[in-house]
Amino acid sequence: MAVSAQRLKLQGIVKDYPGCRANDGVDLTVGAGEIHALLGENGAGKSTLMKIIYGVVQPDAGRIVWNGHPVTVENPARARQLGIGMVFQHFSLFETLTVAENIALGLPADEVRDRGALEQRIREVSEHYGMALDPRRFVSTLSMGERQRVEIVRCLVQESTLLILDEPTSVLTPQEVATLFKTLRKLARDGCSILFISHKLEEVRSLCDQATVLRQGRVSGHCQPKDLSASDIARLMVGDDTPISTQVSAAQPGDTLLQVQELSWQTDDPFGTSLKNIGFSLRAGEIVGIAGVAGNGQEELLKVLSGEITLKGEAIRFTGEAIDRLPPGARRARGLAVVPEERLGRGAVPVMSLADNALLTAAGQGLVRRGVIRRQRVREFARDVIARFGVRCSGEQSSASSLSGGNLQKYILGREACQSPRLLVASHPTWGVDVGSAVSIHQALVKLRDEGAAILLISEDLDELYQLCHRMGAICNGRLSPLAPASELSINQLGQWMAGNFKAEEFADAAA
Amino acid sequence: MLQLERRPEASTTLRWLSPLLALALTVATGFLLFLGMGKDPIQALTFFFITPISDLTGLAELGLKTAPLLLCAAGLTVCFRARIWNIGAEGHFLIGAVAASAVAVSVGEAGGFLVLPAVLLAGIAGGMAWAAIAAFLKTHLNCNEILTTIMLNYIALNLLLYAVHGPLKDPCGFGFPQSVMFADAALLPALINGTRLHIGLAFGLLAAVAVWVLFARSFIGYQLNVVGEDHRAAAFAGFSARRLTWFALLVGGATAGLAGAAEVTGPIGQLVPQVSPGYGYTAIIVVFLGRMHALGIIAASALLALTFIGGEMLQIAMNMPKAVTAMFQGMLLFYLLTCDAFIHYRIRFRRPLPAGLSQPAAPAGQEL
Amino acid sequence: MDLLTNILAATVVAGTPLLLVALGELICERSGVLNLGQEGMMLMGAVAGFIATLSTGSLAAGVVVAMLTGLAMSMLFAVMAVTLSANQYAAGLALTIFGTGLSAFVGAGFVGQSIEGFEKIAIPLLSDLPVLGRALFTQDLLVYFSWLVFAGVALFLRFSRGGLVLRAVGESPGAANANGLRVLTVRYLAVAFGGAMAGLAGAYLSLAYTPMWTENMTSGRGWIALALVVFASWRPGRLLLGAYLFGAASILHLVLQGLGWRSPTELLAMLPYVVTILMLILLSFDPVRTRLNTPLSLGQPYRPGH
Repeated sequence: MAVSAQRLKLQGIVKDYPGCRANDGVDLTVGAGEIHALLGENGAGKSTLMKIIYGVVQPDAGRIVWNGHPVTVENPARARQLGIGMVFQHFSLFETLTVAENIALGLPADEVRDRGALEQRIREVSEHYGMALDPRRFVSTLSMGERQRVEIVRCLVQESTLLILDEPTSVLTPQEVATLFKTLRKLARDGCSILFISHKLEEVRSLCDQATVLRQGRVSGHCQPKDLSASDIARLMVGDDTPISTQVSAAQPGDTLLQVQELSWQTDDPFGTSLKNIGFSLRAGEIVGIAGVAGNGQEELLKVLSGEITLKGEAIRFTGEAIDRLPPGARRARGLAVVPEERLGRGAVPVMSLADNALLTAAGQGLVRRGVIRRQRVREFARDVIARFGVRCSGEQSSASSLSGGNLQKYILGREACQSPRLLVASHPTWGVDVGSAVSIHQALVKLRDEGAAILLISEDLDELYQLCHRMGAICNGRLSPLAPASELSINQLGQWMAGNFKAEEFADAAA
Repeated sequence: MLQLERRPEASTTLRWLSPLLALALTVATGFLLFLGMGKDPIQALTFFFITPISDLTGLAELGLKTAPLLLCAAGLTVCFRARIWNIGAEGHFLIGAVAASAVAVSVGEAGGFLVLPAVLLAGIAGGMAWAAIAAFLKTHLNCNEILTTIMLNYIALNLLLYAVHGPLKDPCGFGFPQSVMFADAALLPALINGTRLHIGLAFGLLAAVAVWVLFARSFIGYQLNVVGEDHRAAAFAGFSARRLTWFALLVGGATAGLAGAAEVTGPIGQLVPQVSPGYGYTAIIVVFLGRMHALGIIAASALLALTFIGGEMLQIAMNMPKAVTAMFQGMLLFYLLTCDAFIHYRIRFRRPLPAGLSQPAAPAGQEL
Repeated sequence: MDLLTNILAATVVAGTPLLLVALGELICERSGVLNLGQEGMMLMGAVAGFIATLSTGSLAAGVVVAMLTGLAMSMLFAVMAVTLSANQYAAGLALTIFGTGLSAFVGAGFVGQSIEGFEKIAIPLLSDLPVLGRALFTQDLLVYFSWLVFAGVALFLRFSRGGLVLRAVGESPGAANANGLRVLTVRYLAVAFGGAMAGLAGAYLSLAYTPMWTENMTSGRGWIALALVVFASWRPGRLLLGAYLFGAASILHLVLQGLGWRSPTELLAMLPYVVTILMLILLSFDPVRTRLNTPLSLGQPYRPGH
């Protein structure tokens, strides 16, 4: 294939969704062998743009020029044909199929008649780029990092000349990130163009040659990230009037509120994770963080703590009382609040109004009497949350699904905070949230802490954890590492823990 | 190029318009169908929809058929709101009828004001017991309620046949598979004197009101809604799916059981094999057509009751197969679901962009 | 020995319509679409096939018309459930209610008429085997055809690229679309196959099993087939076994009566339905297996680009 200097050129891309313009005249040029960053905070239009390039959605206006020729990318199949490969943030893999079968599905039928040859090709490509893979393994048995490799190898086997990676480092340990970057640099040297979508500025500065920054659907700047400081780039992303981060004062921990000892739980979900011998303690007025790659038992730990999963023994003590057998309502009544990872469809019912969603967890706040809903009080409660947490919406009758991720998250956190919990368990509270909302969510968490609540923060975002937490550890394959004071824990050590490298004898929780 | 596009907000207008559209389409299709069969379509449609309700007796008959549909549909609404796909109203109905008949037959000619309540309670208990089987199978053995309730319907039908051929058979009935006629004390009082319309219709209307109160005011109604919309949010909130499943199915069993009891103690006055022309199945259509709302199911019950009478009318007047009822009902549900799609979607005409050519950008929409 | 052979032969005959309709539904469900309209499609196939054979005198015409009718019915379902993303439960129920009504309406004038149904054909040599020979290899053409379909479905799922694509779509339509697979086309084809097979199963009832038409003659077989697919954990091998087990259950009352067991027929007629429930209960003791094999997107509508 003739390689032109400009592999991909987008001109004036516009995409409207009902009620919002996701892309507004976006221009973007990626050269051959270039690693190009596409930056922007959540909701800036990055994912819409990449879906347009990959043919998942069609632009309303604008042109796409590929290797010098105008093209229409009708669907992902056409994108692949052109040589555009995509590594999704939530992988597009089939868990019940093997690695080789997954890759075969992305190739034309006549190229995969010979399974043996395909497996050989997979081995060659993956070893060449330092991403060892066994083509016969089932994807469901692979770690997140390995699954990402499958996606990358799939693109390479298809001989993609442009690789789009959507937030690829969010599922990796720091060590895995380093390996990935090595692979990507080698690919770029071999002439493959890479479009790297991220909001992590330090990573972009260490990896990318060029960057395009999006803000509210428009290009707010082009730059060479190595020449700018992280805060300069951040200003391009969010503008001048949004605070970028929050100052966190030191924690003043009080009495132990939550004591978890030898907590084990066996899952019956073939794709789930069992919890093994988890132990930690949590004190009033401190934020404890649990890092980890998605799918290592975070969801299960949250359910065990919230009461969605009840246990038989006495592994969980909350203010001295064993609460293993208590259902969620009883735990909530004792002051244990939870903010789950999925906002729509767990934390809130999408089609219901904010007022109705208040009833989901706050019914015990005098909103129901003798089985009858007190509508007036429900509305007042919802209005109170909206006002106190700056939730942008048209009122308490707006449906949960009509809110942006950040605003809905503020509402859900506010709903729990307004019930004055003694312990708050929050899972990925700022995932997919715009910077402004993330800052106010962080402030709300710190405020709760300063009012004497204990907070358990489960997150994949290491920056967030280091910023907020007093002590932290990592979860891997259902086991929890020891906890260490955040100020003394190196990112390298944490990365080792995220990969499961901690010894069993370290388990005795060295509570400060 | 025609494209389906998701609406930003579900259309409330269409939500209520859709049943009417579906009815119009059904009537139109019926028109063509009668035309194709060489019958006078206007006359046929008149016999089907108008003639049955043009006098008091006709309206009373309509009320008579509305009652069981409304009772069954009220219970099913509680189930369907929670996305518990209880297809078993027919079975609950039949068992309710059998249980009520068993009590009525065993009481015999004994009188007293307690007889009727006992008979009706037996029907309710029978329906609930039948529903409890499905509830147990779902909550404790994780069996799909659609399949279990359907199977239980077939089993209930066979139990009914067994009852009228065996234990409840009228010994002096010349071998006909039916029970003795019930004593007066076991019969429902008439609602309008001189017609067959009985107090069962009042039960149905009461049930509809109860459904309205349940979902508009009560916390358990709210919980049922949450379980239906989003079972993960319900689990997160700690609403017990198990408890709610039992509640919904028992309510469904109770109302359908009462409907069965009211049918044998009302217009029929004895247990016969054809006690239900498929009320339990038709009630499913009623619930969808009535938008799972109290007022809606009242209107939809009346409409579907009309299809039963209209079918009989066509059979008598124009010599058409009685199955025209079932066909109209099926068509109605079909068109309804199709129209319902446009509550959430709209059709847009969209020209495909020619390769690489740009199109002038529309004025910017509201930005988030 | 004769009795055993007769029971086996009757088992195969009773199991064949279940096998046919369940194979179709298996493919349909593997694509992630749950079609509860089996009963309606079967009834339409049965009545259409019967009328076609009655008016042309050709059994082949009956079979073809039945399959086309089932297919046409399934396309109604596909438009609602696949294109318009309607709730699959509701759409399937609608199809059954509609099919039940329409078949009764269309067939009203044909009740009581009779045709020459499929005849048994003995396969040379094989039919001479002791016991099994006459049970398995002296059957009608449609029984042999059902084995062919079974083998085809099993091989398709196991070895072909089409089977791989089908499984992929059923597991994750979103990922399949991202991989360039045509999700809606695959689902349409799967639904269509299910429809044709249901039509064929209906034709088996009205052209071979009891060569005549009566209202509701499927008596719940479409529903039992749905349970069978779950019981088989979406695997053709187990499906074959399950279909014949069911065939055995549904003739059990005849056998018992033949043996002189005096019991009310109404109670014995419940057996297939009771056995279905027992089968579902049996499954609950092995939830992991069921979950591991359930097509992950089963019952979920999919629209590309959303």
